[in-house]
Amino acid sequence: MATWKKLIVPIAITPILLLLAYGFKTNPREVPSPLIGRAAPPFALSSFDGGTPGLEQLRGTAIVLNFWASWCFPACFEEAPALEAAWRTYKDRGVMVIGVDIQDREADAKAFIERFKLSFPNGPDPQGRMSIDYGVYGVPETFFINREGTIHYKHVGALTKGILTAKIEEML
Amino acid sequence: MRVPGFTVRSVLQSLLIVAVLWAWWPCAASAVGLEEQAQLLAAELRCPVCQNLSVGDSPSEMANQMRELVREKLKHGESPEQIRAYFVSRYGEWILLAPKRQGFNWVAWLLPFGAILGGVGVIGLVVRRSVSRSRAPREAQLPPLDPRYASRLQAELKEWGQ
Repeated sequence: MATWKKLIVPIAITPILLLLAYGFKTNPREVPSPLIGRAAPPFALSSFDGGTPGLEQLRGTAIVLNFWASWCFPACFEEAPALEAAWRTYKDRGVMVIGVDIQDREADAKAFIERFKLSFPNGPDPQGRMSIDYGVYGVPETFFINREGTIHYKHVGALTKGILTAKIEEML
Repeated sequence: MRVPGFTVRSVLQSLLIVAVLWAWWPCAASAVGLEEQAQLLAAELRCPVCQNLSVGDSPSEMANQMRELVREKLKHGESPEQIRAYFVSRYGEWILLAPKRQGFNWVAWLLPFGAILGGVGVIGLVVRRSVSRSRAPREAQLPPLDPRYASRLQAELKEWGQ
């Protein structure tokens, strides 16, 4: 009886401590996307330059779909040159880079595009439908959609040349 | 026969009130139903760009867009369950402020009640122990009755006819 009494407190506390330890180990800002490995939600973007890149027309093309905003400093500023470089490097190899400007003002977005001389299609998501469809919870977030239209990988945070090259090569 | 407190007039008045309420309720319910349903659903969804705020409570632009999408989906005849499933398919179960009652999630639902029950049990034990402790010494400390007072008590009891 005495041994049982001594053990009851550790037995009660240990699972709670383990649960707390597991909770502290995980990053609350990191949300695993359920979309990985699934068909990319369809979209039809009206880009700032008048084009309408859509998922249906891009079947057979690997897509780098980047969600950004002009107020997203420094992450979006850091990755913009890398995205432009990736676009120029891979556009002739069946890769499309598309930028989706979210929760932004058009003038600011256009100034951002001009500042980084972005030549790939960029368009706004005024109602946030596309962001919600892709489960976006911040900027920048980037989806790598393979030639079959399946989401291959999702990157949260600023992209680098290394990540872009590795993930694009995996899709080709 | 007249029942005190009840007149034909008062009964008719009551019936009229019930009839009016009966007729008014479905109209009012459908008018506020959609907005109310949208608010209830928004309160169940976690705002993705906030810290521990629901889509219903958050003033952020993204929460606003999500509320608008919920309203639109309800207007198009989607059920709350379908709308919940849509958000879960995009964001995962993380988007639900209250986890679904299934599998490992039951821990989150039951642990607080277990903790409350455990706490009540511990408090009960502590109270019982302290009560029995405070009683035991008093009984033990009572001095033996002085023989002089014992005989006087007997005399008094006899006198009072006990």
